[in-house]
Amino acid sequence: MDTRRVVITGVGVVAPGGIGTKAFWELLTSGKTATRSISLFDATGFRSRVAAECDFDPAREGLSPQEIRRMDRAAQFAVVCTRDALADSGLTRDDLPANRTGVSLGSAVGCTMGLEEEYVVLSDGGRNWLVDSTYGVPHLYGYMVPSTLAVETAWACGAEGPVALISTGCTSGLDSVGYGAQLIHEGSADVMIAGATDAPISPITSACFDAIRATTPQNDDPEHASRPFDRDRKGFVLGEGSAVFVLEELGRARARGAHIYAEVTGFATRSNAFHMTGLKPDGREMAEAIRVAMERARIRPEDIDYINAHGSGTKQNDRHETAAFKASLGHRAYEVPVSSIKSMVGHSLGAIGSIEIAASILAIERGVVPPTANLDTPDPECDLDYVPHTAREQRVRTVLTVGSGFGGFQTAMLLSSLDRLAA
Amino acid sequence: MTAVITGLGVVAPTGIGIEEHWSSVLAGDTAIKPISRFDASSYPVRLAGEVREFDAAERVPSLLVPQTDHWTHMGFLTAEMALADARIDPAEVPEYDMAVVTAASSGGTEFGQREIQKLWSKGSRTVGAYQSIAWFYAASTGQISIRHGMRGPCGVIANEQAGGLDAVAQARRMLRNGAKVVVSGGTDASLCPYGLTAQLSTGLLSRDSDPARAFRPFSEDACGYLPGEGGSKLIVEDAEHAASRGAGTPYGEVAGYAATFDPPPGSGRPPTLRGAIENALADAGITPADVDVVFADAMGEAGADRDEAEAISAVFGPEGVPVAAPKVLTGRMYAGGAPLDIVTALLTIRDGVVPALPEDWEIHPGYRIDLVRGAPRRMPVRTALVLARGYGGFNAALVLRACGT
Amino acid sequence: MADLGLEELKKIMRTCGVAESVDLDGDIIDTPFELLGYDSLAVLEIQGQLEQSHAVLMSDDALEQTKTPRQMLDFVNNLIMAGA
Repeated sequence: MDTRRVVITGVGVVAPGGIGTKAFWELLTSGKTATRSISLFDATGFRSRVAAECDFDPAREGLSPQEIRRMDRAAQFAVVCTRDALADSGLTRDDLPANRTGVSLGSAVGCTMGLEEEYVVLSDGGRNWLVDSTYGVPHLYGYMVPSTLAVETAWACGAEGPVALISTGCTSGLDSVGYGAQLIHEGSADVMIAGATDAPISPITSACFDAIRATTPQNDDPEHASRPFDRDRKGFVLGEGSAVFVLEELGRARARGAHIYAEVTGFATRSNAFHMTGLKPDGREMAEAIRVAMERARIRPEDIDYINAHGSGTKQNDRHETAAFKASLGHRAYEVPVSSIKSMVGHSLGAIGSIEIAASILAIERGVVPPTANLDTPDPECDLDYVPHTAREQRVRTVLTVGSGFGGFQTAMLLSSLDRLAA
Repeated sequence: MTAVITGLGVVAPTGIGIEEHWSSVLAGDTAIKPISRFDASSYPVRLAGEVREFDAAERVPSLLVPQTDHWTHMGFLTAEMALADARIDPAEVPEYDMAVVTAASSGGTEFGQREIQKLWSKGSRTVGAYQSIAWFYAASTGQISIRHGMRGPCGVIANEQAGGLDAVAQARRMLRNGAKVVVSGGTDASLCPYGLTAQLSTGLLSRDSDPARAFRPFSEDACGYLPGEGGSKLIVEDAEHAASRGAGTPYGEVAGYAATFDPPPGSGRPPTLRGAIENALADAGITPADVDVVFADAMGEAGADRDEAEAISAVFGPEGVPVAAPKVLTGRMYAGGAPLDIVTALLTIRDGVVPALPEDWEIHPGYRIDLVRGAPRRMPVRTALVLARGYGGFNAALVLRACGT
Repeated sequence: MADLGLEELKKIMRTCGVAESVDLDGDIIDTPFELLGYDSLAVLEIQGQLEQSHAVLMSDDALEQTKTPRQMLDFVNNLIMAGA
């Protein structure tokens, strides 16, 4: 087994409801929601017109005019989170050993916002298939390849070790942190700046979820539109944002007296090989991912104090993962609190996995389990303790957080406080 | 655990199937031709390496064609060919023992352009249901996993041209974590009007209109590269698993790997490709003298060529190792480029012959590398180093070694 | 707007591909789309194309009510009639 242990020593969050971990945590524990009518584009005529948007002003966050021009919104989120994560861990980029520092950033849809905006110009409003290349901005290629997000992050932290952009759809934000942790485990890096970002609230991404009726059409009451595990849910609410972490090898973190939020104790992914968007109700492959993650972490179901669910608010997901928790955790599934922060911050595709890791480590740190907002009438087929409406104070030593995404990908991660074994 | 490569599948400008590709490479037949997928006459770059013989309707199951982009169409075929080449029937391998990790770069570019075009010309309701699964970067991995019933871990690494090597390294990690068979590699297809236009923005594409000379890495007057499409899939397998099923001698072992990242432009700090090479050799437990051939990234842009030539000569000494650059024949294939170089490197090991650039290829006098020119060079090859760089600063190095004695 | 006929529906179905074992020119009108090889995404794609070609808007529960070609024809033709 791995002898090098990986801990999280810094976190930066840009999420709907506020920039920074303080605002993020206040939103989550208040049980309020950040979902609203879409303002980022004119959504008239779209089936789903609600989203969880970030009130993000890149200039106010300290980005320079050229950085703002060059970077897609998703890159701006990631760079701000990277800066905040480093500051939170008490590091400056000069403290990092450049060749032993890497980046592992997740994103499902990359820089699609910039890509679409530029397309409108180049095609003259969709008139010309043979787009006019003379109208191309110099950063256009940077929008086409999602690797740009990892490049900007690496530049922001000065990493010269292994850098990667992980793009496994809606599990990207868990998979990127898992990838980063693995590089530290195996000795390829000592510090990994890991996390995820997505800014998908744009016409093309909204339209494609409209087309498959995955997002909610409940437009008249935006604050209550994201309803995981509730009988009256109608689909997910698109979100945006980013979370980035400083992952360090435990010995290094201890040697510099770093504040340690949690250890990444277990990680596993499996695929359902069933359908690009459909899920079988038995949750079999997610259960397998959870089981393997527990085995690697040497964690038993009884050790899990909180489950941060995928909880997207689609019927098939909520039933799928409820079954997966039962299959992997047995009777413990009925005892442990389960909640979905997507009820409050929406589903930011590839970013949400990292944002949920942020919620998970804050739950460990603060001893509070965030609630599932809008859970008024539980779906009778979802019969676990989903912590409706109100945050719950309780000791949290180990969190299971899971993700499920298009392509059939299922990911499970375990995060534990360092005093877990002593307890 | 030793990771070996037991199957290859190729859909490349140089040919469909490994032998067709290999004979084109050895013959030095360039696939750089005028772009035919769309009318490129209004663009300043009109040449590319296209896969001209590929017809999705003939090569991909009918129901899968409309729901996936050209990039994934080629991905399906490469995966199918690689599995057949490895003589693996996925139905006979335990479902969780099979994994998929591919490199992606620009995603379903042509599909995406078509749907964005519909949205902006005819309204949001005209966007089709398949856009949600065709455009995003994970489409090929997901589809391949589903098609072959592979329920182990799945991954997608999008590090532009370097990603193909990173994906194979991730395949090796998956084997270390318990998987037995991993479909890895990658394909890419960015040859649509918007894809080409996006590439033009970097200023790195060659505007030379002579197909034989437009992309001339390591030349004194190198003026950029040309885009290509296609790629390859590799079956990366636990050596014990391969032996136990009587797979025969694998093409080679994934013996070493490392990745680094260059500092931002203007930082004054040196590039880091050399570090990637040295770390990959250390990971393989070998010295520079053990390497028989290097497959260069060969960008064709003056600064990048110089950096690469300097990194190679710093590690191996001036003209210290034969260097091959077969991507001159195909163009840069992004996510598919490095996987195709891996295939070519493995065939070099198999047949003991290093592909050559034309006899009259002019090399910059300042570059102290032994760029193989003229006739393919016959020589025993046990160990090959493949280099790849991705736009923005990614560097990756992969060491492949012959299996057996 | 003209009624939707089976031949036109089949034309749209063909744009989603045809499963190897299926003959769309056979007796398929009451065969569930699923058995013809068209999964939920394919049916959504077919519905989307019908929305465009016949200027109708499918309701959210349309998937439940359009399990076979005949149901799809009836569903769309009812919408056309309602709109006329």
